[in-house]
Amino acid sequence: MNIDLNIKVGGAAGQGLQTTGMALAKTLKKSGFHVFATQYYLSRVRGGHNTFKIRISDSPIAAMTESVDLLLALDSQSIDKHLSEVKDGVVVVDADVVKVNSSSESIFHVPMLEIAKDVCGDKIYSNSVSMGAVIGLLCLDMSDLEEILKASFKKKGEEIIQKNINAARAGYDHVKEHYPGGCKFSVSDPGEKENMMLISGNEAVGLGALAAGVQFLSAYPMTPSTGVMTYVAANADKFNAVVEQAEDELAALNMVLGASYAGARSMTTTSGGGFALMAEALGLAGMTETPAVIFLCQRPGPATGLPTMTEQGDLQFVLTAAQGEFPRCILAPGTPEECFYLTAEAFNIADKYQIPVFVLSDQYLADSLFTSKRFDPSKITVERHLLSDSELRTKKEEYKRYKLTPLGISPRALPGQEGVLVLSDSDEHDEFGHICEDAENRIKMNDKRMKKLEVLRDEISVAKVYGNPNASTSLIGWGSTYGPLAEVVDILTAKGKSVNLIHFTHIHPLPVEATKKLLSKAKKTVCVENNSTCQFSRHLKLEADVKITENILRFDGEPFSPEFIIAALKEKEVI
Amino acid sequence: MVSIEDYGNFETAWCPGCGNFGILKAIKQALVNLGRSPHEVLVASGIGQSSKTPHYLNCNGFNGLHGRSLPPATGAKIANHELTVIAVTGDGDCYGEGGNHFLHTVRRNPDITMIVHDNQIYGLTKGQASPTSEIGMKTKVQTHGVFNMPLNPLSLAISLDCSFVARGYAGKVSHLTSLIEKAIEHKGLSLVDVLQPCVSFNKLNTFKWYSERVYEMEDTGYELNNRVKAFEKSMEWGEKIPLGVFYVNEKPTFGDYLDVLRSGPLYKNKPAPEKVNDLIDGFV
Repeated sequence: MNIDLNIKVGGAAGQGLQTTGMALAKTLKKSGFHVFATQYYLSRVRGGHNTFKIRISDSPIAAMTESVDLLLALDSQSIDKHLSEVKDGVVVVDADVVKVNSSSESIFHVPMLEIAKDVCGDKIYSNSVSMGAVIGLLCLDMSDLEEILKASFKKKGEEIIQKNINAARAGYDHVKEHYPGGCKFSVSDPGEKENMMLISGNEAVGLGALAAGVQFLSAYPMTPSTGVMTYVAANADKFNAVVEQAEDELAALNMVLGASYAGARSMTTTSGGGFALMAEALGLAGMTETPAVIFLCQRPGPATGLPTMTEQGDLQFVLTAAQGEFPRCILAPGTPEECFYLTAEAFNIADKYQIPVFVLSDQYLADSLFTSKRFDPSKITVERHLLSDSELRTKKEEYKRYKLTPLGISPRALPGQEGVLVLSDSDEHDEFGHICEDAENRIKMNDKRMKKLEVLRDEISVAKVYGNPNASTSLIGWGSTYGPLAEVVDILTAKGKSVNLIHFTHIHPLPVEATKKLLSKAKKTVCVENNSTCQFSRHLKLEADVKITENILRFDGEPFSPEFIIAALKEKEVI
Repeated sequence: MVSIEDYGNFETAWCPGCGNFGILKAIKQALVNLGRSPHEVLVASGIGQSSKTPHYLNCNGFNGLHGRSLPPATGAKIANHELTVIAVTGDGDCYGEGGNHFLHTVRRNPDITMIVHDNQIYGLTKGQASPTSEIGMKTKVQTHGVFNMPLNPLSLAISLDCSFVARGYAGKVSHLTSLIEKAIEHKGLSLVDVLQPCVSFNKLNTFKWYSERVYEMEDTGYELNNRVKAFEKSMEWGEKIPLGVFYVNEKPTFGDYLDVLRSGPLYKNKPAPEKVNDLIDGFV
């Protein structure tokens, strides 16, 4: 990694922080850098103190580091709170607008408002001035920013585009002329421009669902899951899908089950609190053997918790939610690429096994922007496992929705198909779907449902190893911790340490033997999770009888950084 | 030709003399009169004595959770709008546990028929007050008598501009049959609230009690699309209880707003993963 630089934009909600941050992230990605960006925002629409942080590198990155090289301060809190993170960097601020309480040498005044007024006659262009200033400090060419501004303001017309470009150029020129450090932050263009995407986890889940042919999505808005709902809604017309905002989460999952029963590929999106309301319908999916995909984007709980922050605190809840026993599957992507392919896989598993399947994400993965290899939709297959009309015509015996079969999977027909009647029931039922309270039938039906979990266990993917497969220490992570953990492995391996990462995406059911084998190689196993009670460690112990030697936990609402993990490994004397 | 035998004849778990039998008969007869084949019909229900209906009808059924007959019915209708979808529910299921779904399904206006077995009592749990129990009714739980205001489902539905609102009586099967026929034929959400004696637990609102009070208002020259008058009529309850269609407002259904359904049922659309490439271009 030759280039590794952090840019932080800080300001109040409503100050155009996101627009500025997004435009810079897109520009830098366009210039060929690997870009990783996170937002820290509070649960409010105006005011507060928020940040947009962009890390750029010439190597793949999927984590945020803690230092700041370039701080663009749109309010005085940005300086008060983040100046200490700027070690050898620069703070760009319009001191005519923002009260500066520090006399630090890092502070560099750019009269953005004055420039905007002079050049464009309106202070609203000062955000574009600031973008130009940042690109100037990095000593990059202006052309990529100009392209991004053109695209961003396309709908507003030629005049507005030109004014924004002029404002950005003026900011750029001001820096070139006045910044005493010259090209101190110069980064060379790495040039890898083709086929890389800048995409968030939520957008990737939405894309995966569309690629998988989602036909119906019903949900109730809840941060941080809402992005998937809005992404699918924005593209629903093109993809022949229906999105309906339900009156509550009870209705959302029940509607999904009705639609799925009648043949539509269906999903819901929610966070932990909303999922608490869906628990009963989860059991309904289990009992009626109705396929459903549940996108659950975690945030810290309990109750309302920290609505805009991150945690992996719902795993044990998702594993056991709803009364009774029934099979479910949990997939936890760690990158947008995994979000895309695993969401599509979730639909296929749901249809094949007629069970609820979770895509378990969190705020960090949902909202961060990653530079990702272009997704390949040709790798996605849509497997519905439905009886065709012609298959039904040749059937000799009367159709039984819950026919007992060796694998526990009953051939699925749809209501409306001629020659069959499809009866689904939340009560224990016989093979036809009729209420049945007979003990022998109960055992058969319970066995049938649970059998599907074992069949799925045999075909599910085992965890992936990143780094040296024979390392003496294995870091163990699941879902969104992939980025920071992979970087820790890179850093420590470069220092001669024998460390790898075992990254789990298929959380439940676990392939027991393969998992045991994988985790028995290293002398030390360190499970790293964004919760306070070692939820995944406990799952490994219970399901695969694997004992983890150390746990590194974080539950302050923030994601892991490589620095945090390395400090914890040192403290626990693992390295 | 569809016949009443096509809808089957099942042994039930209902008490002898239960009002449910009259309603079941009316549903079957209405479907036969309309010529609907069993495979074209979906009956969705929640939980309660009424919600066992899908098990006693030879057609497609989705017997879901308590209070949740409407959301799966709505989902199924969206997935396959060629199905005739009937939600069979009760006063506890629909007006209590599922009250919020009732309000919002009226707003959503899917082309579904709701048949609410309204016996003003909880039967399956053996005789507690329901949202429509009358003030003063004593039960094992409401030992001092009910003092919560009973919910008036018709007034509530009319206040929300429900597109079809009717009341039937389990003791007048042929009248109820014609109401259900109209409700199924109506495009949009239709509510048929059915007064139904519970012979085991409701000793107040008996067959005799209802028979002395109900009258068919079809003969009274009542106009069907005046919302204010319908609201007023819906409050008539006591010595005289009107039966019939209270209110009709033909308006676009939920499905009418979905262009995607014009070419055929939603579930039949073929997936096209490669189309995602256009969207991916936007991220590159």
